[in-house]
Amino acid sequence: MNTDTIIKQGDRKPSLFLRKEILPYLLVSPYLIFVIVFVLFPVLFCLFLTFHKWNIIGPMHFIGADNYARLFHDRLFWKAIGNTLKFLLLHIPLQLIVSLFLAYLLNQKIRGIPFFRGAFFLPVIVSGVVITILWWQLLGYDTGLINRLLTSVGIPKIGWLVNPDVAIYSIALMATWKNVGLYVILFLVGLQTVPTQYYEAAKLEGANRWQQFYHITLPMINPTIFMVVILSTIGGFSLFIEPYIMTGGGPMNQTISAVLYIYKQAFQFYNMGYSATLGFFYAIMIMTVVVLQKKLIEKEE
Amino acid sequence: MKESFSLQKLLLYAVLLIAALTFIYPFIWMIGASLAPESEIGKMNLWPSQPGLGNFRSMIEKIPIGHSLINSLIVATLITALVMLTGSMVGYALAKMRFRGRQIIFYIIVFTMSLPFQITLIPNYITMVNLHLVDTFLALILPFAVSAFAILMFRQAFQGLPQALIDAARLDGCNELQIIFRILWPNIKPTLVTVAILTFIGSWNEVLWPLIVIRDEQLMTMPQLVTLFAVGGRADAQLGVKIAAAVLLALPVMIAFLFFQRHFIQSMASTGLKD
Repeated sequence: MNTDTIIKQGDRKPSLFLRKEILPYLLVSPYLIFVIVFVLFPVLFCLFLTFHKWNIIGPMHFIGADNYARLFHDRLFWKAIGNTLKFLLLHIPLQLIVSLFLAYLLNQKIRGIPFFRGAFFLPVIVSGVVITILWWQLLGYDTGLINRLLTSVGIPKIGWLVNPDVAIYSIALMATWKNVGLYVILFLVGLQTVPTQYYEAAKLEGANRWQQFYHITLPMINPTIFMVVILSTIGGFSLFIEPYIMTGGGPMNQTISAVLYIYKQAFQFYNMGYSATLGFFYAIMIMTVVVLQKKLIEKEE
Repeated sequence: MKESFSLQKLLLYAVLLIAALTFIYPFIWMIGASLAPESEIGKMNLWPSQPGLGNFRSMIEKIPIGHSLINSLIVATLITALVMLTGSMVGYALAKMRFRGRQIIFYIIVFTMSLPFQITLIPNYITMVNLHLVDTFLALILPFAVSAFAILMFRQAFQGLPQALIDAARLDGCNELQIIFRILWPNIKPTLVTVAILTFIGSWNEVLWPLIVIRDEQLMTMPQLVTLFAVGGRADAQLGVKIAAAVLLALPVMIAFLFFQRHFIQSMASTGLKD
C-alpha cells in the first residue's frame, strides 16, 4: 500500500458526511423517509380512515365500526371478491398448464428457441391497456375476429364480453394469454436444472415419457410451480384495468373486480372512509391467502 | 433414434409454431387494423386493402398523444434514475456497512415488499391532495422513487463484490458515493440492466396511479390518456382510432424489445427467481 495516501487520509479532517457513525444512516435515509411517508403513515392513516365517513372535501365524521358493518353486508363487494376468485379459478390452473407445456416443448433439443421465447414473451412487456383494447376488439360479439372465425367454421357466436356468465372467464383467458410468456421462461429455467442423468437412468429402467415427466420432472420443478401459483395469485388479486376498459364491471356487475370496486367507491362516489375500509380488508385478505399458500408449500416440502 | 426424429420433431415444431402465432398474430392484426378504414375492421383479412394513416391523423386531432408520449418518457426516466440511485445507496449500506438497526431495516424492506398496494392506495392519494401535488409530475414520481425490490437486488449484487475493492478505493481517497457509483457500478452491470429495464417498463405501463392523481390532459401519461380515450366518448365509437392509440402505446416497448430481447427476458425472469 502507498503510505502517502494513508497519511493524507489521516490528516484530512473527516467531514460530517464521512463520519463513520452517521454515514450508513445517511445512505439509508431515502428509504427511511420513503417508507414513513408512503408506507407506514398510509397504513396507519388507512386504519384511521376505516372508522370515519369522509367525502374528502367536507369534515370527517367518526362513525365507529359502521364501515366494517357495511362491508360485511355489501353485496356488491362480495360479488367483486367472488368475481376475482372466479377469475383466479380459471387463470391459475390454465396459466400453469399452458406455460409448463410450452416450456416443456421448448426444453427439447430444437432450433429457434429465441424466436419462440420472444413470441411468447411479447404480450408480457406490452402495456395491459394495449392488450385490453386489442382483445376488446377481438372478442366483440358481432364484429370480433374470434366470433367471425367461429361462425366461419359453423360454431355459433359466443357472448365473450356480453354474456354475464362468460365475461369474467373471457377476461381470465386474456390475462393468461398476456402473462403466460413470463411463466414459460421461469419454467424453462426450472426445467434446465433437472440433471439429464436422471432421465437417462429412468430410460434404462424402461420409463416412458409420461412416467419420466411425472416422477422426475414434476417433483424437481415443484418450487417453480409454487412460485408461479403465488405470483399469479397476487397478480390476479390486482385485476383492474381489464374490466375497467372492457366492461366497466358489467354485464350485471359480473366482471367488477375488487380493486375496480375500491376505485369506484373512492373516485366515483367519494366514500374515502369506506373505500379505505375495503382496501384495508382486501389487503389483509390477500396477505392471508399468500401466507396460507406459503405454509402449504412448506408443509409439502 | 434417428428414425423417430422426423415425425416427432415435425409435430413439435408444428405445435410451437401454432403457439407462437397465437401470440404474434393479434399484434399483426392490430397494426393492420390501425391502418385500415373503419369499414374493413373486423374483416378476416390480416392486412387492409388500402392502408392509410387516417386513424392516426384523427386521433392526433382529438387527444394530445405526442405530449403524453413525452410525459411518459420523462416520468419513466426520472423514476428509473431515482430508483437506481436510492437502490444502490441503501443496498450498499445494507451489504457493506455495519450499523445499528441494519437487520431491522432489512426486515422492514422484505415486509413492505409483500404489502399489497390496495392498503396504501387511498391514503397515498390523500397525501398527494394535502401536499398539493395532484396534477404534477411529482405525484407520479415520488411514490415510485424508492423500490424495495431494487434495494434487495443491489444489496445482493454488492454482497458478491470483494471488500478489497472498496478498501483500495478508500485508500485512493474515494468517498462512499464515489465508491458506489464509480468503483462498484461498473462491476454489477447485469444488475444495473435488470433494475433499469424492470423499473422503466413498470412505470411506463403503470396506469391505475396516474388515473387517480392526474386530471389535466396535458400532464397525462400515455397509458392513461389512451385508456380514457378508449372508454370515453371522444373516439366517437370508432374502433380504428382506438386501435391506432393502442398501437402507438405499444410501439416504443415493442421496438425496444426487438433490440434488447435477451436483456428483457433475463430481467423479467430474475424477478421470480429471487426467493
